[in-house]
Order: sequence, then C-alpha cells, then structure tokens
Amino acid sequence: MNLNQDQDQNQIKLQAQHVNFGYGKKIILENLSFELHAGEILTLIGANGAGKSTILKTIAKQLRPVAGVIYLNQENLQNIPEKALARELSVFLTQKIDPELMTCEDVVASGRYPYTGRLGILSDRDREKIRESLELVHASEFRHAAFHRISDGQRQRIMLARAVCQEPEVLLLDEPTSFLDLKHKLELLALIQKLTREKQLAVMLSLHELDLAQKISDRILCVSGDSCRIGTPEEIFTDQNIRELYQIRSGSYSVLTGSPELARPEGKPEIFVIGGAGSGIPVYHQLQRKQIPFATGVLHMHDLDYPSANALAMQVITEQDFEPISDLKINQALQIMQTCSSVICTVKQFGSMNAGNQILLKKAIETKRLTEI
Amino acid sequence: MRKKYLFCFMGFTGLLILLFICNCFTGSSHVTGAEILAVITGQSQNITAMQIFWQIRLPRALCALLLGGALAVSGFLLQSFFHNPIAGPFVLGISSSAKLAVACLMIFCLQNQIYISSGLLIIAAFLGSLLSMGFVLAVSGKVRNMAMLVISGIMIGYICSALTDLLINFANDENIINLHNWSMGTFSGTDWQDIQVIAGILLCLLIPVVFLAKPMYAYQFGEEYAQNMGVNIKLFRMALILISSLLSACVTAFAGPVSFVGIAVPHLVKKLFGTAQPGIILPGTFLGGAVFCLFCDLLARNLFAPTELSISTVTALFGAPVVIWIMLHREKGKNL
Repeated sequence: MNLNQDQDQNQIKLQAQHVNFGYGKKIILENLSFELHAGEILTLIGANGAGKSTILKTIAKQLRPVAGVIYLNQENLQNIPEKALARELSVFLTQKIDPELMTCEDVVASGRYPYTGRLGILSDRDREKIRESLELVHASEFRHAAFHRISDGQRQRIMLARAVCQEPEVLLLDEPTSFLDLKHKLELLALIQKLTREKQLAVMLSLHELDLAQKISDRILCVSGDSCRIGTPEEIFTDQNIRELYQIRSGSYSVLTGSPELARPEGKPEIFVIGGAGSGIPVYHQLQRKQIPFATGVLHMHDLDYPSANALAMQVITEQDFEPISDLKINQALQIMQTCSSVICTVKQFGSMNAGNQILLKKAIETKRLTEI
Repeated sequence: MRKKYLFCFMGFTGLLILLFICNCFTGSSHVTGAEILAVITGQSQNITAMQIFWQIRLPRALCALLLGGALAVSGFLLQSFFHNPIAGPFVLGISSSAKLAVACLMIFCLQNQIYISSGLLIIAAFLGSLLSMGFVLAVSGKVRNMAMLVISGIMIGYICSALTDLLINFANDENIINLHNWSMGTFSGTDWQDIQVIAGILLCLLIPVVFLAKPMYAYQFGEEYAQNMGVNIKLFRMALILISSLLSACVTAFAGPVSFVGIAVPHLVKKLFGTAQPGIILPGTFLGGAVFCLFCDLLARNLFAPTELSISTVTALFGAPVVIWIMLHREKGKNL
C-alpha cells in the first residue's frame, strides 16, 4: 500500500519560495520554502516567539513577506484581491472574539461575507451552507444560543464552522487548541482531520502540543530561527530534533511516549530501583520530585519504563529486547546497588525474561536494604 | 425575528410622526393648535400663525429630526470604530472642538463684518472635528486601554469648551447672545435654507453609510477576521472616521454641541431590536435619534416656556442615565 498520496502539481494549493518572514524590515525566518497540498495537514511546531504566527499571518496576507514569493493556486498572493482571497483562504485565530449580541448562527454566517452582495443579504444557498457547517461541527442544537454564553469548547467549534462556511481551499489555524481541556482538544482536532479529508482542504495549523501534532499531522514544519525543517512526523520527531527545536536544557522530551520529563536529579545514585513493564515510572517521578538521584535496572531496551528512566535516572542498566537478563548485566546492576543506600522494587511479577531482576531483589532483601517509597 | 424588527420600525415611525406633529402644534407663543391647523388646511389666513408654523416650527422640527438622526448614526459609527460602547462625538471631544472652530470663525467674521455662509460654518466645524479626531486616534494608537481613550476625549472636550467660553467672554458684539445660545446647543433659528443644506449633506453622507453596514458587521469580529473576510480595512476605517466626523460636524455647525444622543440612542436601539446587525441598527439609530431629539426639543421649548432650555440640558437629563446603565450592565469579561 502506498501511504503517500500522489501529490501531483495541481494539488499544490500553497507554495512558499525562498520567503523571508518577518515584520516590516525585521526578518524572523530566512529563506523558507515549503508547499501545502490539498487534503493535507501541515503543522507548525516551535518555541514561543519562533515565528509560527508570523508565517500564518503572512500567508493570510496580514503581513507582507520581507522577501520571496508565496503562491496560492499558482498565483502570487500579493496580486490576489482581498475578496478573491477570502473565497480561497480562511483563518481561525488565537484571539477570542467578542461580537455584540450575536447568536452562534450569526457568527457562522459571517463566513458567507465574501459571497454576499453589497448589502450583505444572505441567499438561500448561503443559509444552506451555514446549516451544513453547523452540522459538521455538531453545533446545530445550540445555533440560536448567544455566542458569549457558550463554553470555550463550543466556541472553538463555532469558529471552526465559521472558517469552513467560507468554503476555503486553504484553512489556517493559529493554535486552535489553546483554552481547551484535553477532551475538547481531541474533539476539535478530530473535526479538523475529518474536514481535511472530506473537503480536501489544505490545512496549516500551529500547535503547542507535540504529542497531538505528531498524531494529527501529515507533515510537520519545525519553526526555529536558524534551522527550519520540514518532514513527516516520523522524520521530525526524534529526541534530538525536539531538544534542539525548543532548546531544552532542563528536562527532556520522549518522542515515543510523547511525554515531557523534567530535569533529572543529579548526583551519586542514592536509591536503586528494580523496575520494568511500566511499574517504575511513578517511582521515578516521585524521586524526581524529591530530587533524589537514583539508578535503575535491569530494563529491556523497549520496556515501557525505559524512556522515563533514561530521562530521569543517573544510570540505567539495559538488556537487549526479547533476551533474558544476562549474568553480565546482573553483575553490573549488583555493583551499582552496592553503592546505593536503599533499593526499591516495583516489579510484582517475575518471568523467564526478567528472572535476573529476581536475583537483585533477593540480594536487596539479604542486605536489608529493600524499602518502600 | 423579522416581525420584531418590523414592529420596532413601525413603532419608531409612529412615534416620529406623533412627536413631529406635537412639535409643530405647541410652543411658547400664544398661537393655539387650532389656529395652526386652520392655517395648514387653508381655512385661515392668520399671518402670525402662518409665519410661526412655516418659518419657525416646521423648519425647527425638521432640523431636530435630521440632525438628531445624523448625530445618533455618527455615534454608532464611532462605537463600531473604537469597539467601545460609550464612544460618541461628544464624549470623544469631536463636538466640542468643532464648536471651538465654529466660534472662532463666527467671532472673526462678526468683527470683520463678513457674511457667514452655512458652507463656511460646516467646513470650520469639520476641520475642528478632524483635529480632535486626530488627537483621539493618536491616543488610541498609543494606549489600548479604552477607558484612557474616553478620558482623553473628555479632556480635550473640556479644553475646547473652556477656550470657546474664553472667546465668547472677550468678544464684544450684540450677536454674542446668539453665539452663546448656540454654543450651548439649540435647534432654534433654523430657516429653510439651512434645512436644504442639511438635507443635502445628510443625503450625501447617509448613502455611503448604507454600504458600510456590511463591513461593519465583519469588523465586529476584529480587524484580522474582517480582513480575512475581504474587507479593505484601511479604506473602511477611513470612511468610518470621515463620515462620522462630517456628520457630527454638520450637527455642530447648525445646532451646536448636542450631548449624549450619540451614545444613548444606538445603545437603546440595539437593546430594543435585540441585535447589533448594522443593517438593522443603522436605520434604527437614525429613526431613534430623530425621535429622541424631537422629544427633547419638545421639552426644551415647552417645559419652562417662554424660557427655552438648551437642547443639551434635556438630552443629558435623559441620556446620561442610559450611559450609567450601560456601564453597569456590560456583559461580563469585557473591559471598558
């Protein structure tokens, strides 16, 4: 099966060629080129102030590119008149809007602006589109509610309906998930994904949640001053990349689990944790909170505990996947255990693969160093 | 919804007609309503009654109607522009600086015995209003805080009023009585020529306003969204500022500064119609402003007849409580 959709030329909706992004004369991002295809979600990730919003604003024609050309449907963005642009591209902005005395339906109806006449009177087709958009985001029930009285999650859905109602080919979303709790974040992103596929929209959004970005995006653009990179989530999400992108010094980010970790407690290990199969993670976090340096083992390379252990422990003794723990590793672990004042064992079950850890436990009990946290 | 709008419009029109008739039939002179009616229907040739009706009351009522509507529309445009519910030509100091400019012109012309045409008056008022508009715009570019904007507008208003009073104190002319009356705000002394000029100017200004209704709706979503909907922001803002300044300049040139109509009327109309759609509210505020000013002028003329109150005295009496009410009942989470 070919996972890459055939991306021939006429599917390219948006193209940036050697563009310098910035405000006025001040360049924030230099010589950036990328393209966006129909039915594709391109996510911008990067630290605060890296220039994600600058890119989105420039494409929305609210800023001029300092240099270079952006093409929308092979046409230079700067040459497209406002009204024509409004029919091809719609935006979803971070800032909250506060329209006076409007129902949700009124807000969505504003998406029809580029299609109505000089007096802004809605046609039957406009009304049909409004109804459709409200249905798409499952907002038909509260369409007559006052916009300022609905919840944040509902509000974001209405704003999405508004953007869709504009019947764009390109949709730009600036941090659509801010102000939302996890449930509503997932709901909104699922909607965006559905819309992208159904309507073959070309979607560009900025996200702060790396774990979500990794899952929703077809391609990812890492935005950072000196080195921007673009690629599939698999190419972009390596621990090293992410650490560089956000210039993380205190703490780390595990790509596999998508979870960030705080900085490890430094020093000579005081506690040895016998972990495995995810049982160690809560203990690692407790030790980190108490700032006690620790060592842990013996873990298989892809044990659930490993990413956290790797981020937080001073030393991790590892074994090859699917291999029983070897005597060599047991001895290494025993040596480190000797230097620790106490041992915590989080493992409840021992099998043939982690039989070695049982030896460690026995030793800990013998030397009366086994404690509970 | 549509029925409600229709009902409101019909109510306003009814009130307008009623008040218009009241304004024509009552007044401080001894002429009775019956005599006026006889003059209109042609059954009487009473010269005094005829003159009072044709030359004084009818133009004055028309003036209140037209200028009241213009003032309210001007207020509504300014509120949209600044996203501020208590913006208005009087609050932002636009009326007062127009007044100052007109007072300067009047004194200069009176002393040099130059005839003042209404066109000249309007130009002076417009220049004056642009001056304080420019100041307020400069402030609004610097501070995002809406309260500061209003405060700076009120302050410039006070400065202009003080300067006008100073000028009036030092000007020595018997016409100064008129000037003083005018500087307090009044619809009296309007003749048919004025009405022609006013009607002509308003026609020129209100036709473009009809086409501003659509971008004003988009502008409620904020500048960025409006731009994405295809609004030419620069052009739109320019049109909004120019038209609202011209409208309030026109009012000031003919009736002096009239307070609170620009704030109170749009707000009351929005509440009454239950919407803020500019397409509905713009004609609504024009009607509302006309009704409000006819009502206030009726009181100003009749309450303590033969002494006449200045129109601002009455509009403030009814308008200021509305402003207080707006501030107390603002939707939560909005800051002024």
